[in-house]
Amino acid sequence: MTDTARYERSDFQTDQEVRWCPGCGDYTILASVQTYLASLDIDREKHVFVSGIGCSSRFPYYMNTYGMHTVHGRAPAIATGVATANPDLTVWVITGDGDGLSIGGNHLIHALRRNVNLNIILFNNQIYGLTKGQYSPTSEVGKTTKTSPMGTIDRPFNPVSLALGAEASFVARSLDMDRDHTIAMLKAMHENEGAGLLEIYQNCNVFNDKAFADLTDKGTRDQNRIWMEPGKPITFGKDNEYGVQLDSAGARVVEVADVGLHNIHVHNPAATNPAAAFALSRISHGPYGPTPLGIFRDVEAQSYGRALEQQIAAAQQTRGPGDLEKLVRSRGTWMVPSA
Amino acid sequence: MPDEAVIDQHTTPERIDDVVIRFAGDSGDGMQLAGTQFTASSALFGNDLATLPNFPAEIRAPQGTIGGVSSFQVHIADWDILTPGDSPDCLVAMNPAALKANVHDLVKGGLLIVNTDAFEERNFAKAGYDTNPLEDGSLDAYQVIGAPMEELTKEAVKDSGVKGRATLRSKNFFALGLMSWIYTRPLDPVYEWVTKKFGEGSAVANANISALKAGYNYGITVEALHHTYEIAPAALPPGEYTNVVGNVATAWGLIAASEKAKLPLFLGSYPITPASTILEELARHRNFGVKTFQAEDEIAGIGSALGAAFAGRLAVTSTSGPGLALKSETLSLALAMELPLIVIDIQRGGPSTGLPTKVEQSDLLFAMYGRHGESPLPIVSTSAPSDAFDAAFEAARIAVKYMTPVILLTDGYIATSSEPWNLPDIDALPDISRPFASIENGDSFLPYLRDEETLSRPWAIPGQPGLEHRLGGLEKDSLTGNVSYDPDNHETMTKVRQRKIAGIANDIPDVEVHGGGTGLLVLGWGSTYGAIRTAVNRVRAAGREVAHAHLRHLNPFPKNLGDVLSRYETVLVPEINTGQLTRLIHAEFLIPTVGYNRVQGLPMKARDVEGKIHELLDEGAST
Repeated sequence: MTDTARYERSDFQTDQEVRWCPGCGDYTILASVQTYLASLDIDREKHVFVSGIGCSSRFPYYMNTYGMHTVHGRAPAIATGVATANPDLTVWVITGDGDGLSIGGNHLIHALRRNVNLNIILFNNQIYGLTKGQYSPTSEVGKTTKTSPMGTIDRPFNPVSLALGAEASFVARSLDMDRDHTIAMLKAMHENEGAGLLEIYQNCNVFNDKAFADLTDKGTRDQNRIWMEPGKPITFGKDNEYGVQLDSAGARVVEVADVGLHNIHVHNPAATNPAAAFALSRISHGPYGPTPLGIFRDVEAQSYGRALEQQIAAAQQTRGPGDLEKLVRSRGTWMVPSA
Repeated sequence: MPDEAVIDQHTTPERIDDVVIRFAGDSGDGMQLAGTQFTASSALFGNDLATLPNFPAEIRAPQGTIGGVSSFQVHIADWDILTPGDSPDCLVAMNPAALKANVHDLVKGGLLIVNTDAFEERNFAKAGYDTNPLEDGSLDAYQVIGAPMEELTKEAVKDSGVKGRATLRSKNFFALGLMSWIYTRPLDPVYEWVTKKFGEGSAVANANISALKAGYNYGITVEALHHTYEIAPAALPPGEYTNVVGNVATAWGLIAASEKAKLPLFLGSYPITPASTILEELARHRNFGVKTFQAEDEIAGIGSALGAAFAGRLAVTSTSGPGLALKSETLSLALAMELPLIVIDIQRGGPSTGLPTKVEQSDLLFAMYGRHGESPLPIVSTSAPSDAFDAAFEAARIAVKYMTPVILLTDGYIATSSEPWNLPDIDALPDISRPFASIENGDSFLPYLRDEETLSRPWAIPGQPGLEHRLGGLEKDSLTGNVSYDPDNHETMTKVRQRKIAGIANDIPDVEVHGGGTGLLVLGWGSTYGAIRTAVNRVRAAGREVAHAHLRHLNPFPKNLGDVLSRYETVLVPEINTGQLTRLIHAEFLIPTVGYNRVQGLPMKARDVEGKIHELLDEGAST
């Protein structure tokens, strides 16, 4: 933020009472988003927030921008319409692990592969909160919930792997409580033209408390947070004693001393081929043990909305603007004279 | 077969008022193309016409079987016709299966043109014939003309550059050429089309033109044909005409509405028979600023359209029955958000996948009630291909003016058939635009503050400063649009949503009655228009009194409908369903009706409606 910022965070707050449970990770994410938007020189009225159904999907009501709280799972499809109809808008999608990956999985992957100009924030708390505690498509195998009294037998999605598989032009992961990092990720996603997905590990302190303890507890976090930075070898640990090595077998955690720093993978999220990013996403299958955080992929690619505008411009260039009189005569006509 | 005399090829053709011709063959035989080109020539010649394509859902059903038969029927006339005809006067059968599937419809004494090369043992078995129908006397009631179309086509195209089995592909043009000679159709429009489609001088263009000429010359040469016919241009109301297919007219109506609403057009849609051609047609017109989005599924089709509506576009989604089911949840959201949205349902035979390429009117009650919660919305219907442009325009007018989703019901028959359309005066189409919301400085924006007359709420779109607001599926406060769980507010909002839609009755024309009397009224909606009007006119011409009223608006009904219905002793409602309009009429007016219901996947036949009218009049006379 600069001193000349046009907006305060309060400019993005509404008069609606925020009704998440006390202690919910959503509050922190809301603050991060409002803080980031206030730092921008973008007209407030050009932001649109579109959400589906779930705890996180109440988000648009708390943002003093244009917003739509829509149908369960359908936010990426509806936001695709907003962003494609008017590519000059900045469109944000707020979704959760149930909304985005279960009922709305299809729309999510298609928005990503089309590279629609969307910024998708996926609040992953690994549980259904609004319906009070059923397992979700990111819950770990064996999790005991109301609908899995003997433990789940569903294998979970890794949202980052999924987004990379759909070849989204931007994929990143952050933690709700780390506001600076979240804001940095929001900025990077926003600056990428096409479809971006930011997975935020978000603590549900009521139905799935401490799901991310490996990454947040003082005693474990240093050895488990793998901060990835573009152009730098991926090392982590209190003294950067661990690193990530990448070869044909995939990515794995090693001790830097064992392999030498020159054998540690140098992170390049701008690589066109998403293979390395995918390998990195497989280091952990959930927030357990060493888990990569930061930008996995950030490539330049024209967005769907811009490509469509280009086609319209090209059609008008070659065929001239539409002429309805000509159109209705385009298949040949004949005259019936007055009798 | 007659062989009285060598034909003088210059004999004056016999003048006839109208003829119904059906081209039938294997689905790979190109009968739709032959029929379409025959139609195009007739249209440019100035005949009135109506067409009925009929094809299997399978792209290539097993060759030579009844299931694989595809047909195209066209009715051409020198007078104002409304239907593709009940029974063909002339049938072209490219193989035994096509003969077997269609000959029972051919009028006795009718002309039967067959491709004799396909009449061989192997094909008899596939079609279920024990003996050769050309030789066993079973076709004695018809004038049969056989032509070895495959041999003659092969011979005709041998210098075209097309080789091998591909030479046989031009046999539909041979058939078209022969038919063009019999019915004195000009060949020039076909030459032009072939040249444009396949490229001047290309092998395929050469082959098709050679086959066309060979068919025409075969007619001149062989002795079997002792007679040709001509149908004079029709005495239609004066004006400029084009031959238009229903789905194309629907697409054009949307483009017109976009211009007159001053809103760029956005179509979010997923391919589904028989609606896909709307998406295809609009995708061709990017230079009108039209954005088409082929969605990942039906839900995303309507979802993207709803997003586009929020962004201030004229938003449309097109589908058929199964797709409408998938769109239902988002349709309720559109209704709660009160955003303009046009949902086009090209009805087909159901339930489930049903009869994807066939017509039915069985989604009326689904359009009316197929949503959760109290969720009324307007329903507009199309009665013919030449009516589709106006119907689409009307749906858009209501959507924008009343800030509501509108369902436009058309059907598989209207979608694929064609007829002459008297071109509208584009400049005279009404302005249907509405201003976006604005507020005085210092006021706060109230997204649900309604217009007193229409009860529509203001439309503010992203990019407009000071009007930032949130819409959602949760019940909204009746002014601010903020989430409200207040009991009274929910009742207020439920009732105002009802009143808004009901009030549209003040803004639509009265239903018109054709014909007089107080005895029998035939009430219809949608594609039964042509059959009902033809039947009513025939009965009236026979000196009996009967009237016809046809509904464009199915929700709300025109204000005078109750009065009109109550003037008649009997109300007959023909529908291609088991009585859906009948149920709505009963519920709304408590007026008894007589249903005439057919569900064969076929358009309503004038003959059948005529029979039912006579039956009711006879009953009335005897009591």
